Amino acid sequence: MTLALTDVSKEYGRKLALDGVNLTVTPGEFLCVVGASGSGKSTLLSLVAGLAMPTAGQITVDGHLITGPGPDRGLVFQTGSLYPWRTVERNVAFGLELLGLDGAERARRIDWYLAETGLADVRRSLPRQLSGGQQQRVAIARALVCEPDVLLLDEPFGALDVQTKEDMQLLIRQIWRDTGTTVLMVTHDVEEAVFLGTRVVVLASDPGRIAAETPIPLADDRDLAIKRTSDFLRLRASTEDMVRTWHRLRGEVTR
Amino acid sequence: MKTALAGRTTDVRAAWPPLPRRTRPHRKVLTIRTPIPRRAAVVLTALSLAVPLVSWVALSASGLVPATFLPSPGAVLSAGWEMARSGELAVDVGTTTRRVLEGFGLAVLVSVPLGILMGTFHAAQAAFEPVIGLLRYLPASAFIPLLIIWLGLGEPSKIAILFIGTVFFNTLMTADAVRSVPRSLIDVSYTLGARRGEVLRKVVVPHSLPGIIDAVRVNAAAAWNFVVVAELVNSTAGLGYRIVRAQRFLQTDKIFAVLVVIGVIGLTIDVALRLLRARAGRWAA
Repeated sequence: MTLALTDVSKEYGRKLALDGVNLTVTPGEFLCVVGASGSGKSTLLSLVAGLAMPTAGQITVDGHLITGPGPDRGLVFQTGSLYPWRTVERNVAFGLELLGLDGAERARRIDWYLAETGLADVRRSLPRQLSGGQQQRVAIARALVCEPDVLLLDEPFGALDVQTKEDMQLLIRQIWRDTGTTVLMVTHDVEEAVFLGTRVVVLASDPGRIAAETPIPLADDRDLAIKRTSDFLRLRASTEDMVRTWHRLRGEVTR
Repeated sequence: MKTALAGRTTDVRAAWPPLPRRTRPHRKVLTIRTPIPRRAAVVLTALSLAVPLVSWVALSASGLVPATFLPSPGAVLSAGWEMARSGELAVDVGTTTRRVLEGFGLAVLVSVPLGILMGTFHAAQAAFEPVIGLLRYLPASAFIPLLIIWLGLGEPSKIAILFIGTVFFNTLMTADAVRSVPRSLIDVSYTLGARRGEVLRKVVVPHSLPGIIDAVRVNAAAAWNFVVVAELVNSTAGLGYRIVRAQRFLQTDKIFAVLVVIGVIGLTIDVALRLLRARAGRWAA
Protein backbone atom coordinates (compact mmCIF):
# COMPACT_ATOMS: atom_id res chain seq x y z
CA MET A 1 0.00 0.00 0.00
CA THR A 2 1.36 3.38 -0.98
CA LEU A 3 -0.60 6.54 -0.28
CA ALA A 4 0.39 9.41 -2.53
CA LEU A 5 -0.70 13.06 -2.53
CA THR A 6 0.21 14.94 -5.69
CA ASP A 7 -0.03 18.76 -5.83
CA VAL A 8 -3.02 18.67 -3.49
CA SER A 9 -4.72 21.99 -2.76
CA LYS A 10 -7.94 22.67 -0.90
CA GLU A 11 -9.93 25.89 -0.80
CA TYR A 12 -12.84 26.57 1.53
CA GLY A 13 -14.73 29.39 -0.11
CA ARG A 14 -11.94 31.87 -0.87
CA LYS A 15 -9.63 30.66 1.88
CA LEU A 16 -6.77 28.42 0.81
CA ALA A 17 -6.40 25.72 3.47
CA LEU A 18 -3.80 23.57 1.73
CA ASP A 19 -1.48 24.64 -1.05
CA GLY A 20 0.30 22.20 -3.37
CA VAL A 21 0.99 19.36 -0.96
CA ASN A 22 3.14 16.49 -2.22
CA LEU A 23 3.47 13.59 0.18
CA THR A 24 4.02 9.85 -0.07
CA VAL A 25 3.25 7.47 2.78
CA THR A 26 5.09 4.19 2.36
CA PRO A 27 3.82 0.83 3.64
CA GLY A 28 4.46 0.18 7.31
CA GLU A 29 5.66 3.65 8.21
CA PHE A 30 4.41 5.81 11.07
CA LEU A 31 4.25 9.27 9.57
CA CYS A 32 3.52 12.21 11.86
CA VAL A 33 2.46 15.56 10.47
CA VAL A 34 2.97 18.49 12.85
CA GLY A 35 1.84 22.06 12.49
CA ALA A 36 0.13 24.88 14.37
CA SER A 37 -3.58 25.48 14.01
CA GLY A 38 -4.33 26.91 10.60
CA SER A 39 -1.76 24.66 8.98
CA GLY A 40 -4.47 22.52 7.42
CA LYS A 41 -3.62 19.37 9.39
CA SER A 42 -7.18 18.22 9.79
CA THR A 43 -8.00 19.22 6.22
CA LEU A 44 -5.18 16.99 5.05
CA LEU A 45 -6.60 14.01 6.92
CA SER A 46 -10.18 14.55 5.79
CA LEU A 47 -8.95 14.68 2.18
CA VAL A 48 -7.09 11.40 2.61
CA ALA A 49 -10.13 9.91 4.37
CA GLY A 50 -12.23 10.95 1.38
CA LEU A 51 -14.64 13.05 3.47
CA ALA A 52 -13.69 16.10 1.38
CA MET A 53 -12.37 16.37 -2.15
CA PRO A 54 -9.24 18.34 -3.06
CA THR A 55 -9.77 21.50 -5.10
CA ALA A 56 -6.73 20.60 -7.18
CA GLY A 57 -4.34 17.68 -7.36
CA GLN A 58 -5.01 14.06 -6.58
CA ILE A 59 -4.72 11.47 -3.83
CA THR A 60 -4.14 7.82 -4.72
CA VAL A 61 -3.83 4.52 -2.87
CA ASP A 62 -1.70 2.12 -4.92
CA GLY A 63 -2.43 4.21 -7.98
CA HIS A 64 -6.20 4.22 -7.46
CA LEU A 65 -7.76 7.65 -7.11
CA ILE A 66 -9.63 8.29 -3.87
CA THR A 67 -13.23 9.24 -4.61
CA GLY A 68 -14.82 8.88 -1.19
CA PRO A 69 -14.49 7.49 2.33
CA GLY A 70 -13.96 3.78 2.94
CA PRO A 71 -12.75 1.24 5.51
CA ASP A 72 -9.39 0.95 3.71
CA ARG A 73 -8.56 4.28 5.36
CA GLY A 74 -9.68 4.06 9.00
CA LEU A 75 -10.11 7.39 10.78
CA VAL A 76 -9.88 8.30 14.47
CA PHE A 77 -11.04 11.76 15.58
CA GLN A 78 -9.91 13.67 18.65
CA THR A 79 -13.16 13.07 20.56
CA GLY A 80 -16.77 12.14 20.40
CA SER A 81 -17.07 9.80 17.48
CA LEU A 82 -18.24 6.67 19.31
CA TYR A 83 -21.82 5.46 18.93
CA PRO A 84 -23.12 6.33 22.40
CA TRP A 85 -25.94 3.76 22.31
CA ARG A 86 -23.63 0.88 21.39
CA THR A 87 -21.51 -1.01 23.90
CA VAL A 88 -17.74 -1.15 23.40
CA GLU A 89 -17.87 -4.43 21.52
CA ARG A 90 -20.77 -3.31 19.34
CA ASN A 91 -18.91 -0.09 18.52
CA VAL A 92 -15.97 -2.18 17.38
CA ALA A 93 -18.35 -4.49 15.50
CA PHE A 94 -19.88 -1.70 13.38
CA GLY A 95 -17.69 -2.09 10.30
CA LEU A 96 -17.87 -5.88 10.37
CA GLU A 97 -21.67 -5.87 10.65
CA LEU A 98 -21.79 -3.96 7.38
CA LEU A 99 -19.73 -6.67 5.71
CA GLY A 100 -22.19 -9.37 6.72
CA LEU A 101 -19.58 -11.57 8.40
CA ASP A 102 -21.09 -14.45 10.39
CA GLY A 103 -21.18 -14.19 14.18
CA ALA A 104 -18.24 -16.47 14.96
CA GLU A 105 -15.92 -14.81 12.47
CA ARG A 106 -16.94 -11.41 13.76
CA ALA A 107 -16.46 -12.39 17.42
CA ARG A 108 -13.00 -13.83 16.73
CA ARG A 109 -11.80 -10.60 15.16
CA ILE A 110 -13.45 -8.32 17.73
CA ASP A 111 -11.96 -10.35 20.58
CA TRP A 112 -8.46 -9.98 19.16
CA TYR A 113 -8.65 -6.19 18.79
CA LEU A 114 -10.35 -5.72 22.17
CA ALA A 115 -7.49 -7.65 23.76
CA GLU A 116 -4.90 -5.74 21.74
CA THR A 117 -6.31 -2.38 22.89
CA GLY A 118 -6.82 -3.54 26.49
CA LEU A 119 -10.60 -3.26 26.40
CA ALA A 120 -11.60 -6.86 27.12
CA ASP A 121 -12.80 -6.00 30.63
CA VAL A 122 -15.08 -3.17 29.53
CA ARG A 123 -16.49 -4.78 26.40
CA ARG A 124 -20.09 -4.50 27.59
CA SER A 125 -19.79 -0.91 28.87
CA LEU A 126 -21.34 2.09 27.15
CA PRO A 127 -19.03 4.87 25.94
CA ARG A 128 -20.21 7.30 28.63
CA GLN A 129 -18.96 4.87 31.29
CA LEU A 130 -15.41 4.94 29.89
CA SER A 131 -12.51 7.29 30.56
CA GLY A 132 -11.24 9.50 27.76
CA GLY A 133 -8.33 7.19 27.08
CA GLN A 134 -10.56 4.13 26.91
CA GLN A 135 -12.89 5.91 24.50
CA GLN A 136 -10.01 6.63 22.15
CA ARG A 137 -8.91 2.98 22.37
CA VAL A 138 -12.41 1.95 21.25
CA ALA A 139 -12.17 4.33 18.28
CA ILE A 140 -8.77 2.86 17.36
CA ALA A 141 -9.97 -0.74 17.70
CA ARG A 142 -13.09 0.05 15.64
CA ALA A 143 -10.97 1.42 12.80
CA LEU A 144 -8.33 -1.35 12.96
CA VAL A 145 -10.77 -4.26 12.97
CA CYS A 146 -11.66 -3.28 9.38
CA GLU A 147 -8.01 -3.93 8.46
CA PRO A 148 -7.34 -0.54 6.88
CA ASP A 149 -4.40 -0.01 4.53
CA VAL A 150 -3.64 3.11 6.52
CA LEU A 151 -4.82 4.26 9.95
CA LEU A 152 -5.55 8.01 10.02
CA LEU A 153 -5.23 9.65 13.43
CA ASP A 154 -6.51 13.23 13.82
CA GLU A 155 -4.96 14.54 17.09
CA PRO A 156 -6.20 11.38 18.76
CA PHE A 157 -4.71 12.15 22.18
CA GLY A 158 -5.21 15.94 22.10
CA ALA A 159 -8.02 15.91 24.65
CA LEU A 160 -6.32 13.59 27.16
CA ASP A 161 -4.37 14.46 30.29
CA VAL A 162 -0.59 14.16 30.03
CA GLN A 163 -0.29 10.84 31.89
CA THR A 164 -3.03 9.14 29.87
CA LYS A 165 -1.53 10.60 26.73
CA GLU A 166 1.80 8.87 27.42
CA ASP A 167 0.03 5.57 28.08
CA MET A 168 -1.77 5.96 24.77
CA GLN A 169 1.45 6.81 22.94
CA LEU A 170 3.02 3.58 24.18
CA LEU A 171 -0.14 1.70 23.25
CA ILE A 172 -0.40 3.03 19.70
CA ARG A 173 3.29 2.26 19.12
CA GLN A 174 2.77 -1.26 20.39
CA ILE A 175 -0.27 -1.70 18.15
CA TRP A 176 1.67 -0.33 15.19
CA ARG A 177 4.44 -2.86 15.76
CA ASP A 178 2.06 -5.78 16.43
CA THR A 179 -0.25 -5.20 13.49
CA GLY A 180 2.18 -3.83 10.94
CA THR A 181 -0.39 -1.21 9.96
CA THR A 182 0.61 2.02 8.25
CA VAL A 183 -0.17 5.13 10.30
CA LEU A 184 -0.67 8.74 9.23
CA MET A 185 -1.13 10.95 12.27
CA VAL A 186 -1.52 14.70 12.61
CA THR A 187 -0.73 16.49 15.86
CA HIS A 188 0.44 19.87 17.13
CA ASP A 189 2.58 18.19 19.77
CA VAL A 190 6.17 17.97 18.52
CA GLU A 191 7.33 15.69 21.29
CA GLU A 192 4.55 13.27 20.47
CA ALA A 193 5.38 13.36 16.77
CA VAL A 194 9.07 12.67 17.35
CA PHE A 195 8.35 9.92 19.88
CA LEU A 196 5.83 8.12 17.67
CA GLY A 197 6.95 8.78 14.12
CA THR A 198 9.39 7.05 11.85
CA ARG A 199 9.24 10.29 9.91
CA VAL A 200 7.92 13.76 10.75
CA VAL A 201 6.56 16.31 8.30
CA VAL A 202 6.25 19.95 9.35
CA LEU A 203 3.39 22.02 7.92
CA ALA A 204 3.51 25.79 7.52
CA SER A 205 0.36 27.81 8.21
CA ASP A 206 -1.82 30.11 6.09
CA PRO A 207 -1.92 28.49 3.64
CA GLY A 208 -1.05 25.01 4.86
CA ARG A 209 1.89 23.57 2.97
CA ILE A 210 4.80 21.27 3.59
CA ALA A 211 7.68 23.23 5.09
CA ALA A 212 10.13 20.50 6.02
CA GLU A 213 10.43 16.85 6.78
CA THR A 214 12.79 14.83 8.86
CA PRO A 215 13.36 11.10 9.38
CA ILE A 216 13.40 9.96 13.02
CA PRO A 217 16.35 7.56 13.28
CA LEU A 218 15.39 6.21 16.70
CA ALA A 219 15.05 2.52 17.55
CA ASP A 220 11.70 0.88 16.89
CA ASP A 221 11.37 -0.40 20.46
CA ARG A 222 11.04 2.98 22.11
CA ASP A 223 9.86 3.46 25.66
CA LEU A 224 9.21 6.65 27.57
CA ALA A 225 12.83 6.77 28.78
CA ILE A 226 13.94 7.66 25.26
CA LYS A 227 12.31 11.06 25.71
CA ARG A 228 15.24 11.98 27.98
CA THR A 229 18.04 10.84 25.68
CA SER A 230 20.15 13.42 23.89
CA ASP A 231 19.29 11.98 20.46
CA PHE A 232 15.60 12.44 21.16
CA LEU A 233 16.02 15.91 22.65
CA ARG A 234 18.08 17.04 19.67
CA LEU A 235 15.47 15.79 17.17
CA ARG A 236 12.71 17.35 19.20
CA ALA A 237 14.51 20.70 19.42
CA SER A 238 15.27 20.91 15.71
CA THR A 239 11.68 19.99 14.84
CA GLU A 240 10.33 22.54 17.29
CA ASP A 241 12.55 25.18 15.72
CA MET A 242 11.07 24.42 12.32
CA VAL A 243 7.49 24.57 13.62
CA ARG A 244 8.22 27.84 15.42
CA THR A 245 9.87 29.43 12.42
CA TRP A 246 6.99 28.57 10.15
CA HIS A 247 4.45 29.61 12.74
CA ARG A 248 6.08 33.08 13.02
CA LEU A 249 6.28 33.45 9.27
CA ARG A 250 2.54 32.95 9.03
CA GLY A 251 0.95 35.52 6.79
CA GLU A 252 4.28 37.11 5.91
CA VAL A 253 4.96 34.72 3.07
CA THR A 254 3.29 35.66 -0.18
CA ARG A 255 1.59 32.90 -2.07
CA MET B 1 5.85 40.81 21.00
CA LYS B 2 5.31 44.33 22.37
CA THR B 3 3.39 44.72 25.62
CA ALA B 4 2.00 47.79 27.40
CA LEU B 5 4.85 47.95 29.89
CA ALA B 6 7.65 46.94 27.54
CA GLY B 7 10.69 49.20 28.01
CA ARG B 8 8.84 51.74 30.18
CA THR B 9 10.06 52.62 33.68
CA THR B 10 6.77 53.96 35.13
CA ASP B 11 3.65 51.89 35.38
CA VAL B 12 0.61 54.16 34.79
CA ARG B 13 -1.52 51.61 36.62
CA ALA B 14 -0.02 52.84 39.92
CA ALA B 15 -2.30 55.89 39.76
CA TRP B 16 -5.47 53.86 39.28
CA PRO B 17 -7.77 53.35 42.29
CA PRO B 18 -8.24 49.72 43.31
CA LEU B 19 -11.34 48.08 41.79
CA PRO B 20 -14.22 47.69 44.25
CA ARG B 21 -14.95 44.07 45.29
CA ARG B 22 -18.54 42.96 45.34
CA THR B 23 -19.71 40.91 48.30
CA ARG B 24 -21.88 37.94 47.49
CA PRO B 25 -25.19 37.67 49.38
CA HIS B 26 -25.71 34.32 51.08
CA ARG B 27 -28.63 32.37 49.61
CA LYS B 28 -29.96 28.94 50.46
CA VAL B 29 -33.02 27.93 48.45
CA LEU B 30 -32.83 30.07 45.33
CA THR B 31 -29.34 29.28 44.04
CA ILE B 32 -29.14 28.66 40.31
CA ARG B 33 -29.02 24.95 39.44
CA THR B 34 -28.21 23.83 42.96
CA PRO B 35 -30.08 20.95 44.61
CA ILE B 36 -32.17 21.81 47.67
CA PRO B 37 -32.65 19.52 50.68
CA ARG B 38 -34.96 16.59 49.90
CA ARG B 39 -37.39 17.59 52.64
CA ALA B 40 -37.72 21.10 51.22
CA ALA B 41 -38.47 19.67 47.77
CA VAL B 42 -41.16 17.35 49.19
CA VAL B 43 -42.76 20.20 51.13
CA LEU B 44 -42.85 22.47 48.07
CA THR B 45 -44.43 19.77 45.90
CA ALA B 46 -46.98 18.91 48.59
CA LEU B 47 -47.90 22.58 48.97
CA SER B 48 -48.37 23.03 45.24
CA LEU B 49 -51.00 20.28 45.33
CA ALA B 50 -52.50 21.00 48.74
CA VAL B 51 -52.99 24.78 48.47
CA PRO B 52 -55.34 24.73 45.44
CA LEU B 53 -57.19 21.70 46.77
CA VAL B 54 -57.70 23.17 50.23
CA SER B 55 -58.75 26.54 48.74
CA TRP B 56 -61.29 24.71 46.59
CA VAL B 57 -62.74 22.84 49.59
CA ALA B 58 -62.77 25.97 51.74
CA LEU B 59 -64.29 28.17 49.03
CA SER B 60 -67.11 25.76 48.16
CA ALA B 61 -67.84 25.02 51.84
CA SER B 62 -67.95 28.71 52.78
CA GLY B 63 -70.95 29.27 50.52
CA LEU B 64 -69.34 32.45 49.12
CA VAL B 65 -69.56 31.00 45.61
CA PRO B 66 -72.80 29.35 44.39
CA ALA B 67 -72.52 25.57 43.86
CA THR B 68 -73.50 25.98 40.19
CA PHE B 69 -70.30 28.00 39.68
CA LEU B 70 -68.00 26.01 41.88
CA PRO B 71 -69.21 22.55 42.88
CA SER B 72 -67.71 20.96 45.97
CA PRO B 73 -65.07 18.20 45.55
CA GLY B 74 -67.64 15.75 46.90
CA ALA B 75 -70.19 16.72 44.25
CA VAL B 76 -67.58 16.37 41.52
CA LEU B 77 -66.62 12.95 42.81
CA SER B 78 -70.18 11.71 42.89
CA ALA B 79 -70.89 13.17 39.42
CA GLY B 80 -67.85 11.30 38.15
CA TRP B 81 -68.93 8.13 39.89
CA GLU B 82 -72.41 8.46 38.42
CA MET B 83 -70.97 8.83 34.90
CA ALA B 84 -68.68 5.86 35.43
CA ARG B 85 -71.50 3.69 36.75
CA SER B 86 -73.85 4.42 33.88
CA GLY B 87 -71.16 3.46 31.37
CA GLU B 88 -71.33 6.93 29.84
CA LEU B 89 -67.76 7.73 30.90
CA ALA B 90 -66.30 4.60 29.34
CA VAL B 91 -67.96 5.40 26.01
CA ASP B 92 -66.74 9.02 26.11
CA VAL B 93 -63.19 8.10 27.07
CA GLY B 94 -63.16 5.35 24.42
CA THR B 95 -64.44 7.67 21.68
CA THR B 96 -62.03 10.48 22.50
CA THR B 97 -59.06 8.13 22.87
CA ARG B 98 -59.84 6.52 19.52
CA ARG B 99 -59.93 9.96 17.87
CA VAL B 100 -56.57 10.89 19.39
CA LEU B 101 -55.05 7.58 18.30
CA GLU B 102 -56.33 8.04 14.75
CA GLY B 103 -55.62 11.74 14.29
CA PHE B 104 -52.35 12.01 16.19
CA GLY B 105 -51.27 8.54 15.06
CA LEU B 106 -51.67 9.65 11.45
CA ALA B 107 -49.73 12.84 12.24
CA VAL B 108 -46.87 10.81 13.74
CA LEU B 109 -46.82 8.45 10.75
CA VAL B 110 -46.41 11.46 8.43
CA SER B 111 -44.29 13.78 10.55
CA VAL B 112 -41.61 11.40 11.79
CA PRO B 113 -40.43 10.17 8.36
CA LEU B 114 -40.80 13.69 6.94
CA GLY B 115 -38.85 15.19 9.85
CA ILE B 116 -36.10 12.61 9.44
CA LEU B 117 -35.82 13.50 5.75
CA MET B 118 -35.77 17.24 6.55
CA GLY B 119 -33.13 16.80 9.23
CA THR B 120 -30.98 14.65 6.97
CA PHE B 121 -31.21 16.11 3.48
CA HIS B 122 -30.82 19.79 2.74
CA ALA B 123 -33.03 19.31 -0.31
CA ALA B 124 -35.92 18.12 1.85
CA GLN B 125 -35.29 20.98 4.27
CA ALA B 126 -35.36 23.56 1.47
CA ALA B 127 -38.52 22.05 0.02
CA PHE B 128 -40.61 21.69 3.18
CA GLU B 129 -39.32 23.87 5.99
CA PRO B 130 -40.62 27.27 4.77
CA VAL B 131 -44.12 25.90 4.06
CA ILE B 132 -44.35 23.98 7.32
CA GLY B 133 -42.90 26.90 9.26
CA LEU B 134 -45.76 29.02 7.91
CA LEU B 135 -48.55 26.45 8.31
CA ARG B 136 -47.51 25.85 11.90
CA TYR B 137 -48.65 29.36 12.83
CA LEU B 138 -52.18 28.89 11.48
CA PRO B 139 -54.29 27.89 14.50
CA ALA B 140 -55.84 24.47 13.94
CA SER B 141 -59.11 25.54 15.55
CA ALA B 142 -59.48 28.19 12.83
CA PHE B 143 -59.72 25.35 10.34
CA ILE B 144 -62.80 23.84 12.00
CA PRO B 145 -65.40 25.69 9.86
CA LEU B 146 -63.45 24.97 6.68
CA LEU B 147 -62.98 21.31 7.54
CA ILE B 148 -66.69 20.93 8.28
CA ILE B 149 -67.46 22.36 4.82
CA TRP B 150 -64.91 20.07 3.22
CA LEU B 151 -65.32 16.89 5.20
CA GLY B 152 -68.75 17.20 6.82
CA LEU B 153 -69.75 16.99 10.47
CA GLY B 154 -68.63 13.41 11.07
CA GLU B 155 -65.41 11.78 12.18
CA PRO B 156 -63.14 12.82 9.26
CA SER B 157 -63.25 16.54 10.11
CA LYS B 158 -62.38 15.81 13.77
CA ILE B 159 -59.47 13.56 12.81
CA ALA B 160 -58.30 16.25 10.38
CA ILE B 161 -58.19 18.95 13.07
CA LEU B 162 -56.07 16.74 15.28
CA PHE B 163 -53.82 15.99 12.35
CA ILE B 164 -53.40 19.65 11.33
CA GLY B 165 -52.86 20.72 14.92
CA THR B 166 -49.95 18.36 15.55
CA VAL B 167 -48.34 17.30 12.28
CA PHE B 168 -46.37 20.50 11.58
CA PHE B 169 -44.91 20.91 15.05
CA ASN B 170 -43.98 17.26 15.25
CA THR B 171 -42.26 17.44 11.86
CA LEU B 172 -40.12 20.44 12.80
CA MET B 173 -39.25 19.04 16.21
CA THR B 174 -38.30 15.68 14.67
CA ALA B 175 -36.11 17.46 12.12
CA ASP B 176 -34.39 19.34 14.97
CA ALA B 177 -33.70 16.10 16.84
CA VAL B 178 -32.24 14.58 13.68
CA ARG B 179 -30.08 17.62 12.99
CA SER B 180 -28.46 17.25 16.40
CA VAL B 181 -26.69 14.04 15.31
CA PRO B 182 -22.99 15.01 15.43
CA ARG B 183 -21.31 15.42 12.05
CA SER B 184 -18.29 13.41 13.28
CA LEU B 185 -20.53 10.39 13.92
CA ILE B 186 -21.81 10.47 10.35
CA ASP B 187 -18.33 11.00 8.92
CA VAL B 188 -16.78 8.17 10.90
CA SER B 189 -19.56 5.83 9.78
CA TYR B 190 -18.71 6.49 6.15
CA THR B 191 -15.04 5.74 6.85
CA LEU B 192 -16.13 2.42 8.39
CA GLY B 193 -17.75 1.52 5.09
CA ALA B 194 -21.39 2.47 5.70
CA ARG B 195 -23.50 3.52 2.70
CA ARG B 196 -26.01 6.36 2.84
CA GLY B 197 -28.98 4.18 3.77
CA GLU B 198 -26.96 2.41 6.44
CA VAL B 199 -25.85 5.71 7.98
CA LEU B 200 -29.50 6.76 8.09
CA ARG B 201 -30.72 3.48 9.57
CA LYS B 202 -27.85 2.58 11.87
CA VAL B 203 -26.65 6.02 13.00
CA VAL B 204 -29.06 8.89 12.38
CA VAL B 205 -32.26 7.17 13.50
CA PRO B 206 -30.91 5.51 16.68
CA HIS B 207 -29.16 8.71 17.74
CA SER B 208 -32.25 10.87 17.28
CA LEU B 209 -34.79 8.39 18.68
CA PRO B 210 -34.89 9.87 22.22
CA GLY B 211 -35.39 13.36 20.74
CA ILE B 212 -38.16 12.09 18.48
CA ILE B 213 -39.94 10.51 21.45
CA ASP B 214 -39.63 13.85 23.26
CA ALA B 215 -41.31 15.58 20.33
CA VAL B 216 -44.13 13.03 20.34
CA ARG B 217 -44.58 13.50 24.08
CA VAL B 218 -44.95 17.27 23.77
CA ASN B 219 -47.33 17.00 20.84
CA ALA B 220 -49.42 14.25 22.43
CA ALA B 221 -50.42 16.90 24.98
CA ALA B 222 -51.40 19.22 22.12
CA ALA B 223 -53.42 16.39 20.56
CA TRP B 224 -55.51 16.10 23.73
CA ASN B 225 -56.17 19.82 23.60
CA PHE B 226 -57.33 19.69 20.01
CA VAL B 227 -59.55 16.65 20.41
CA VAL B 228 -61.63 18.39 23.05
CA VAL B 229 -61.89 21.51 20.85
CA ALA B 230 -62.93 19.33 17.91
CA GLU B 231 -65.60 17.63 20.01
CA LEU B 232 -67.14 20.89 21.16
CA VAL B 233 -68.70 21.16 17.70
CA ASN B 234 -71.35 18.66 16.73
CA SER B 235 -70.47 15.43 18.41
CA THR B 236 -72.57 12.63 19.80
CA ALA B 237 -69.97 11.24 22.16
CA GLY B 238 -66.59 12.09 23.62
CA LEU B 239 -65.24 14.04 26.58
CA GLY B 240 -65.55 17.40 24.79
CA TYR B 241 -69.14 16.61 23.85
CA ARG B 242 -69.86 15.70 27.48
CA ILE B 243 -68.60 19.12 28.60
CA VAL B 244 -70.83 20.99 26.12
CA ARG B 245 -73.81 18.90 27.09
CA ALA B 246 -73.19 19.41 30.81
CA GLN B 247 -72.96 23.14 30.20
CA ARG B 248 -76.43 23.18 28.64
CA PHE B 249 -77.89 21.72 31.83
CA LEU B 250 -75.64 23.80 34.12
CA GLN B 251 -74.06 20.61 35.48
CA THR B 252 -70.75 22.19 36.52
CA ASP B 253 -69.96 19.20 38.73
CA LYS B 254 -69.99 17.04 35.60
CA ILE B 255 -67.73 19.49 33.73
CA PHE B 256 -65.26 19.38 36.61
CA ALA B 257 -65.38 15.58 36.66
CA VAL B 258 -64.61 15.41 32.93
CA LEU B 259 -61.73 17.87 33.36
CA VAL B 260 -60.28 15.68 36.10
CA VAL B 261 -60.58 12.62 33.84
CA ILE B 262 -58.82 14.47 30.98
CA GLY B 263 -56.05 15.51 33.35
CA VAL B 264 -55.55 11.97 34.62
CA ILE B 265 -55.45 10.51 31.11
CA GLY B 266 -52.96 13.18 29.99
CA LEU B 267 -50.73 12.52 32.96
CA THR B 268 -50.84 8.76 32.29
CA ILE B 269 -49.80 9.25 28.64
CA ASP B 270 -47.03 11.63 29.68
CA VAL B 271 -45.63 9.22 32.26
CA ALA B 272 -45.78 6.33 29.77
CA LEU B 273 -43.92 8.29 27.10
CA ARG B 274 -41.44 9.51 29.70
CA LEU B 275 -40.66 5.90 30.62
CA LEU B 276 -40.30 5.00 26.95
CA ARG B 277 -37.97 7.98 26.48
CA ALA B 278 -35.88 6.95 29.48
CA ARG B 279 -35.57 3.45 28.04
CA ALA B 280 -34.64 4.61 24.56
CA GLY B 281 -32.22 7.21 25.90
CA ARG B 282 -30.50 5.13 28.56
CA TRP B 283 -27.20 5.55 26.72
CA ALA B 284 -27.36 9.33 27.00
CA ALA B 285 -28.02 9.53 30.74
